[in-house]
Amino acid sequence: MMSFISYLVNGISLGSIYALIALGYTMVYGIAKMLNFAHGDIIMVGGFTIFTAMSTAWCPVWMSVIIGIVVCTVLGVLVEKVAYKPLRSAPPLAVLITAIGVSYLLQNVALLIFGSASQSFTSIVKNIAPVTIGGVTISMETVISIVVSVIIMICLTLFINKTKAGKAMLAVSEDKGAAQLMGINVNATISLTFAIGSALAGVASALLCSSYPQISPYTGSMPGIKAFVAAVFGGIGSIPGAMIGGILLGVIENLSKAYISSQLSDAIVFLVLIVVLIVKPTGIMGKKINEKV
Amino acid sequence: MKVSKKILALSLAACMTVPFLAGCNSSSSNEGTSEGADGAGASAASGDFTGTLVIGGIGPVTGGAAVYGNAVKNGIQLAVDEINAAGGVNGIKLEFNFQDDEHNEEKAVNAYNTLKDKDMKLLIGTVTSNPCIAVAAETAKDNMFQLTPSGSAVDCVANDNAFRICFNDPNQGIASAQYIAQNNVASKVAVIYDSSDVYSTGIYEKFVAEASVQNLEVVAAEAFTSDSKTDFSVQIQKVQESGADLLFLPIYYQEAALILQQADKAGLSVKYFGCDGLDGLIDQLGADVGLAEGVMLLTPFAADAKDDKTVAFTTAYKAAYNGEVPIQFAADGYDAVYAVKAAMEKAGITDASISASDLCDALKAAMTEITVEGVTGNITWTADGEPTKDPKAMEIVITENEDGTKTGTYAAL
Amino acid sequence: MKKTTVNNLITCGIVLVFFIVCGVLSSAGILGSKLSGLLIPIGIYIILAVSLNLTVGVLGELSLGHAGFMCVGAYVGGVFSILTQDTITVPLIRIILAIVIGGIAAAIFGFLIGIPVLRLRGDYLAIVTLGFGEIIKSIANNIYIVKDVNGVHFSFASPVSGTDAATVTDVFKGAQGIKAPQDTTLLLVVVVLMICLVVIMNLVDSKTGRACMAIRDNYIAAQSVGINVTKYRLIAFVVSAAIAGVAGVLYSHSLAVLAPKKFDYNFSILILVFVVLGGLGSMRGSVIATVILYALPEIFRELGDYRMLIYAIVLIVMMLFNNAPYFVSLREKIAALPLFQKLKPKKKAVGGESK
Repeated sequence: MMSFISYLVNGISLGSIYALIALGYTMVYGIAKMLNFAHGDIIMVGGFTIFTAMSTAWCPVWMSVIIGIVVCTVLGVLVEKVAYKPLRSAPPLAVLITAIGVSYLLQNVALLIFGSASQSFTSIVKNIAPVTIGGVTISMETVISIVVSVIIMICLTLFINKTKAGKAMLAVSEDKGAAQLMGINVNATISLTFAIGSALAGVASALLCSSYPQISPYTGSMPGIKAFVAAVFGGIGSIPGAMIGGILLGVIENLSKAYISSQLSDAIVFLVLIVVLIVKPTGIMGKKINEKV
Repeated sequence: MKVSKKILALSLAACMTVPFLAGCNSSSSNEGTSEGADGAGASAASGDFTGTLVIGGIGPVTGGAAVYGNAVKNGIQLAVDEINAAGGVNGIKLEFNFQDDEHNEEKAVNAYNTLKDKDMKLLIGTVTSNPCIAVAAETAKDNMFQLTPSGSAVDCVANDNAFRICFNDPNQGIASAQYIAQNNVASKVAVIYDSSDVYSTGIYEKFVAEASVQNLEVVAAEAFTSDSKTDFSVQIQKVQESGADLLFLPIYYQEAALILQQADKAGLSVKYFGCDGLDGLIDQLGADVGLAEGVMLLTPFAADAKDDKTVAFTTAYKAAYNGEVPIQFAADGYDAVYAVKAAMEKAGITDASISASDLCDALKAAMTEITVEGVTGNITWTADGEPTKDPKAMEIVITENEDGTKTGTYAAL
Repeated sequence: MKKTTVNNLITCGIVLVFFIVCGVLSSAGILGSKLSGLLIPIGIYIILAVSLNLTVGVLGELSLGHAGFMCVGAYVGGVFSILTQDTITVPLIRIILAIVIGGIAAAIFGFLIGIPVLRLRGDYLAIVTLGFGEIIKSIANNIYIVKDVNGVHFSFASPVSGTDAATVTDVFKGAQGIKAPQDTTLLLVVVVLMICLVVIMNLVDSKTGRACMAIRDNYIAAQSVGINVTKYRLIAFVVSAAIAGVAGVLYSHSLAVLAPKKFDYNFSILILVFVVLGGLGSMRGSVIATVILYALPEIFRELGDYRMLIYAIVLIVMMLFNNAPYFVSLREKIAALPLFQKLKPKKKAVGGESK
């Protein structure tokens, strides 16, 4: 029983990172209706920014994280302006391929600048001792990831439902054309979404690289895909869904490693995802969309 | 409209690449010559070469395995520059051309074909096992001499034209099990390995087989895959519950570093034992280097070893590559060039225009007769392509500096 | 002749001429070993691209798991060849049988996966196909088969040792993959490619193809006019999978060793890039895009590390160039120039060329 709780806690800790990344994914998808495959690589850029800031500039940790978030935000908006905005009326697949192109681009730029060797990252919560509750040890990174994910989730939900800009986002995600007719600046709204999504990527990069203290040009790609799965799992476009999807994904991954097979855990995670989607085709928290002719 | 679109698309692509082509070519050649000049000092007898012989190299320099390919590439380049600065091999200047294979069988064959067009006379490669096997089939057809620095799967050197520098995977598994059993390091052993990796599974399989022969009890064998190689909490907990007193890690140092860090958080206290893939661990751990205290590895090379050859190599490597510490792959690449040099001297190759096939016949006969005193040990070869050298059992020792930071070094066991 | 028939013949002609010219140049030694070596992979990738185009372009469903079907074909065909290496000694017969078996195996997988998957649409279908692709890869990573005098021994997730140590040979070795005999020849690839092209083009031009396009263009309208949506989607999906399986067999027999790692989602995406850049639904586009995009990184080898960077930039710029309103209008202006009017083909492309 003790070990089960421990597996569970570790799963939640892994899942909280997925959740954090998935929040950014799902934001962008919900409004822009595009799978931003470059999201994971923006995280990687954020990680390298924080890494560089911490190691060379001797600036304090909080400052490095803020620099990381700012760089991610600027990069996200820049990518959106240059690569995605011109394709707003293009078929979704064209945007998907462009996103893949951006992902390759970021990886290879990082490869040229930082080299292929993975660097050792210093955790942003280095000197804080882990918490022990009833024999189960929870690392500080986990506590922070969970707390941060929950805070972000609440803030995002409030932002979207209570502010004007947030409501504009909702309107754009419902119907771009109608939103425009109502006087909403669709382009500005989508840019804002990318800015928020990328800022979340910046936050995620700080926590991802602290929990697994290594960074290389390919650091972002696998968590990116996993978070994408998590976002779909929870119902892509839904903010609480991303949170739930992420945590569930982490828990399923760890429990299948622990009780079924550590070799096949990837397959099991995907199998569960498929079963969920077949039973509930729009994910756990996804809304059912009725298509009209 | 369709035609114009295509023409435009093509011309656009062409236009974009032209400046890159120009820019990159010049920069890459600069790199080569400047390094050459550095290594050469003043006295390089540049005008006296009787000819130029192209050595090909293949390995991943982009993609997830890029770090290994880059290390080998740098190691080879360093040795080639040194040899050329000292007057070449029998007066022949070596030229080195390295092609990327992205750790992919298909791309490795493409890279090999590219090198053939560059008039390659012998191949040092490839870096990773499976691409190496794919290329080995091609080199056998062409009778091209192949010396892989780090392709450790058995089949890499199945053909008689292929040799290797590193140990093969089964050897490492068996040697590790024997070392652990015969020195009574532990009796209950747990293993964490990468089930999607050729190197790791190769060692693991033989280790388990040999462990039962040696009466070692393998109490836990946990896998991870290349798709989930950051979180090891479950594997570590399983090891903890199994009551193992030693954790065998037939994996590479990046994952090993994460395992050590996470095991520390989980409060796991076991001995650690690894193979040559663990070299690089000290630098990867960074500020957490204290965790590597007492990690044992069976490796032919350790960058921190204090013997003259290793010190000279590490110093030269750091000087040439912005202070980067060489990993075992770099040392393998470096030794491969000296092995080729020794074989060429033994075979008395003085004509750089010799055909690749003739060169191969000459070299493969010479390979079994030479001894190379390399940075990875004194190596001789058997006709089946396997190297004979002593694996060194090393232990990582941590010393505390005055400012409280820690430094890791290797000590021979 | 019908416009579509002419158009299809032109596409087949382009492919044939391309391979004949390259083949002749290659055997004459003009092409060099690098470009000659690219011909077989290019042929295989074209087969993959046209088969994926059937799902993505004609059926209009985004599939990110195409590598999975290729993986099934590659390993079923490969294992068959290794097991029968001693009994069937003529490589050509062996590989033809392997192609048939690999294709059927992939078709069966396509069918089994298609039934649940095709309940979904859009991005959810994409992620489920991605999931299946990863599952297939994961499973392949854990298959161990050896053979010896006593027969074939199979094991899942743990290495297997035969019962007779003297004659035991590896057939499938988990993460290390298989070592199929290198039976694939350029001629065979071209022949299979032509057959696949003809099959796909005929399918697109048939009742099934039109039904698929109707489903793609308007799912509900297609349903309401009485098209059996599930049936036609499944047919297209299975045919696409089977052809990917055939490509897989050719692929596994063209390399001395093939590890399951190769068949990850990145590989599916690579093929998808070919299809999208070539134009959805356009087989000729897929062919041309595959040739260009496959050759691009190889031609850029001189650039070393910058190669993939340029590839990424080319990808983005081509996408913008093809779809961004600014470029589209610019292109139309240029196309209106008298010079290009002359170049314009007399018969305009029809069928599934453009939406």
